[in-house]
Amino acid sequence: MSSDQLSTIFSALADPTRRAILARLAEGEASVKDLAEPFAISPPAITKHLKVLQRAGLITQGRQAQWRPCRLAPAPLKEIADWLEEYRRFWDASFVRLDTYLIEMQAKEQQHDRES
Amino acid sequence: MTANPSAATTLTTPSDREIVIRRVVQAPRKVVFEAYTNPAHVVRWMLGPGGWTMPICEIDLRPGGAWRFVWRRDDGSEMAMHGIYQEVTPPERLVSTESWGPGWPETINTLLLTEYEGQTTITSRVLYPSQEARDQALKTGMVEGMTETFKCLSEYLETL
Repeated sequence: MSSDQLSTIFSALADPTRRAILARLAEGEASVKDLAEPFAISPPAITKHLKVLQRAGLITQGRQAQWRPCRLAPAPLKEIADWLEEYRRFWDASFVRLDTYLIEMQAKEQQHDRES
Repeated sequence: MTANPSAATTLTTPSDREIVIRRVVQAPRKVVFEAYTNPAHVVRWMLGPGGWTMPICEIDLRPGGAWRFVWRRDDGSEMAMHGIYQEVTPPERLVSTESWGPGWPETINTLLLTEYEGQTTITSRVLYPSQEARDQALKTGMVEGMTETFKCLSEYLETL
């Protein structure tokens, strides 16, 4: 994946309406009308958002004239999610150790308080 | 031993320049701040998944003071980062720059500790100078991740 592609994906993800659309599509395919329903914006505005998501390769849209179902294309999202998950795992593993170590630190502090 | 069974480490990306890590620990923030800023403590826990040690941990805890962490793995590979403290407010706030070396963007990291009934919420925010910089870091991170994966694969293939 090129840096340009990543930038396109990130700007596509930067908008809350587009993130909500992706969340909805994670549950299954939907029509433009279905996708517009929860938002107080017009179907043409939704279509614009869908175009941005499509350009970023995050969704695909069917070709049928009336019912053009949108589907999530999970591959690019997965690459980003994997990188962030690796970062989260580094900190999670560190925090698990910190939890135990904090108990040790506090026990020493209490012992020190008792002795003084 | 599970010291903190209900704990979860969450990661969010509140904007296209930020990564935020959050975790609740069972200790007052005075102790947590000490664990984060005293080298004797840092080397005991900030080690990520297994196999890493931190042979170098230098902390000059004052605004304008430098810090440097170097991790080493059993196989000799190293990972290093360094930066300058910008704001030191015990026991609640620590702001510093962070760089992983040439080719990596310098980020501004903010550690925020909030305490409630003896528990501390750790909020660690990494702010990239631009969206491009974050994307670049992501890309470099992915390339390194891939290299690691291929190394594991080739090692595994040798055992077949």
